[in-house]
Amino acid sequence: MDSFIVISLIKTLVVFAVLMTTLAYLQWVERKVIAHIQVRPGPYRVGPHGLLQPLADIIKLLTKEDLLPPYVNKPLYLLAPFLAITMALLSISVIPFGPEIQVAGYKTYMQLTDLNIGVLFVLAVSSMGVYGIALAGWSSNNKYALLGGLRSSAQMISYELPMSLAIAAPLLISNTLSLRGLVEKQAGGIWNWNVLHGPFPQIFSFIIFLIAAFAETNRVPFDLPEAENELVAGFHTEYSSMKFASFFMAEYANMITVSCMATLLFLGGWVAPWPAEYGSSFVPAVIFAFAGVVALYHGFHPARRRDGYTLPVFGVLFLIAAGVFLLPLVQSWLIPLFWFCAKTGGILFGFMWIRGTLPRFRYDQLMGFTWKFLFPVAMLNLLVTGFLVALGS
Amino acid sequence: MDVILFLVFAIIAVVCAINVVVQTHPISSAISLVGVMGSLAVLYLLLGAEFLAAAQVIVYAGAIMVLFVFVIMLLNAGEEAKKGRSFTAQLLGLPLLVSFLGLMAYFVQRLFPQSTLVHFGGFTGGGAAQIGHALFTTFLLPFEVTSVLILIAILGAIVLARKEMD
Amino acid sequence: MLAAVPISWFLTLSAVLFALGVAGFLYRRNIITVFMSIELMLNAVNLSFVTFSYHRQQVNGHLYAFFVMVVAAAEAAVGLAIILTIFKNRGTLNIDDVDSMKN
Repeated sequence: MDSFIVISLIKTLVVFAVLMTTLAYLQWVERKVIAHIQVRPGPYRVGPHGLLQPLADIIKLLTKEDLLPPYVNKPLYLLAPFLAITMALLSISVIPFGPEIQVAGYKTYMQLTDLNIGVLFVLAVSSMGVYGIALAGWSSNNKYALLGGLRSSAQMISYELPMSLAIAAPLLISNTLSLRGLVEKQAGGIWNWNVLHGPFPQIFSFIIFLIAAFAETNRVPFDLPEAENELVAGFHTEYSSMKFASFFMAEYANMITVSCMATLLFLGGWVAPWPAEYGSSFVPAVIFAFAGVVALYHGFHPARRRDGYTLPVFGVLFLIAAGVFLLPLVQSWLIPLFWFCAKTGGILFGFMWIRGTLPRFRYDQLMGFTWKFLFPVAMLNLLVTGFLVALGS
Repeated sequence: MDVILFLVFAIIAVVCAINVVVQTHPISSAISLVGVMGSLAVLYLLLGAEFLAAAQVIVYAGAIMVLFVFVIMLLNAGEEAKKGRSFTAQLLGLPLLVSFLGLMAYFVQRLFPQSTLVHFGGFTGGGAAQIGHALFTTFLLPFEVTSVLILIAILGAIVLARKEMD
Repeated sequence: MLAAVPISWFLTLSAVLFALGVAGFLYRRNIITVFMSIELMLNAVNLSFVTFSYHRQQVNGHLYAFFVMVVAAAEAAVGLAIILTIFKNRGTLNIDDVDSMKN
């Protein structure tokens, strides 16, 4: 019994550390991706290729004056960011990152806890996340914050409906609510993933889920409630320093959660696209080796002088990573983890790509889109899926 | 372990419920009610009702209470005025409440001997599969009727809350 | 120390929450708080249903609680729409002030 507690504590610490680092560097990745879409270098000066920029941002946010305005409703003002970040981090606790691993004689899952209502737990926690935003808007005692908070909460609960229906459709095919069980039902290769398998390929569910996920996390094109040029800064106008940082961390953590959910529900989790007998275990090594070679090449013909020092170092690091993926000792857990991170990272890259490309919806267009188009389409999709599953069994 | 869990969340539920009744501003009452619902969801988990616990958080705490909070914010409801209550009600209310509670607790203890003990894993029939099976076989008629009821409620809310057409 | 929770504790908790809901319903003057006390009473009843479902080892109690939740949702939607209409027409949320049909 106590080894279970110790292992769980160690897993919690590992997941927490990795998640916090990922949150910080996700912002770096976003700024770089948007910068390159806009044909500019992005953060470049703070550390090699701007890699220390998140550290600088954290120091800036921590040392800013933590202002508590006298006209706010203090208990709710302090509760709101706490609720937002707690609910955002809580939903990571049921996400499985890989299969069972064996560390020093103890077998454990690469997951903090496997609930048999895992999908419902993630939905429940994201429903509670609405309170953080609504209370932030209300307690700030500021009409722009109130409007931003109300609009954002109304948007989030309106888009929960097509999201739930889009989640229900692959559940009909996989027949389980546990997240680990979902991935295990999709084992075997790309034709078994829920997006392509079954009596009705869940492509429409996948697209509806992604659109609803954009709205749930308040990302472009649905980010009117927090856009700078619309409502001062929306619901977090009156927040400064760490409370402001916690709203941003909550937004990125929500992004990670919905990307992980999309991977688990539709793209097969940590299952490789083709079985390992046909060589899919070499794909990570090949990708990293290619990245290393490209970095080394550009290191020797640098476009800017500084690249001549940093890019060869990165090239060597990528080649070492490629070598690590070839070691049979770590392949049993590193390869599934790679596939999971690759798929989730692909969806996150899609989030950032769309942010750099699309304009934003007006609020009435946004609400009309969900109630008049997305919700009926999700219902129709669920009906067709249910009908075909019932016919097939 | 189960007893500690029950006591902690039962005390949270009772404190939040007292808060709902005692607080003057409606928004504090609403947040306390969300606290009650959350602690009740944990107690449902203790009773083996896992699907119902998730439904409680998703539907009750995550949708109905958000609706309450919206209406309170939209109406800009202020604090309640402390006037116009009869002195008799204030004098007799609390003792009557406590005696009512004592009576109910006594009868509950009399009728239910302490033979059934609740612990985690005591009831495994509360999962999604069992609820779904019962919902679509035994309870099919109430299910269809409640879907019509929800449709009526949507229509009613839209009709009542729209702007007047001149 | 007890190994598990006796079932009468759950029923007592349900009674306490129900009584607090009744107290709020009778005592408070703001109509939204009255409505929230009704939701508190419904939650207490749900806890009773689920407790008895455990006692009898059947899933029916969960289904009754589920339907109570659904009806509470519909009732909350329509009730809050009515409250909005009253506020639009009377300008007050105090139930003592909505007395134009009295005497």
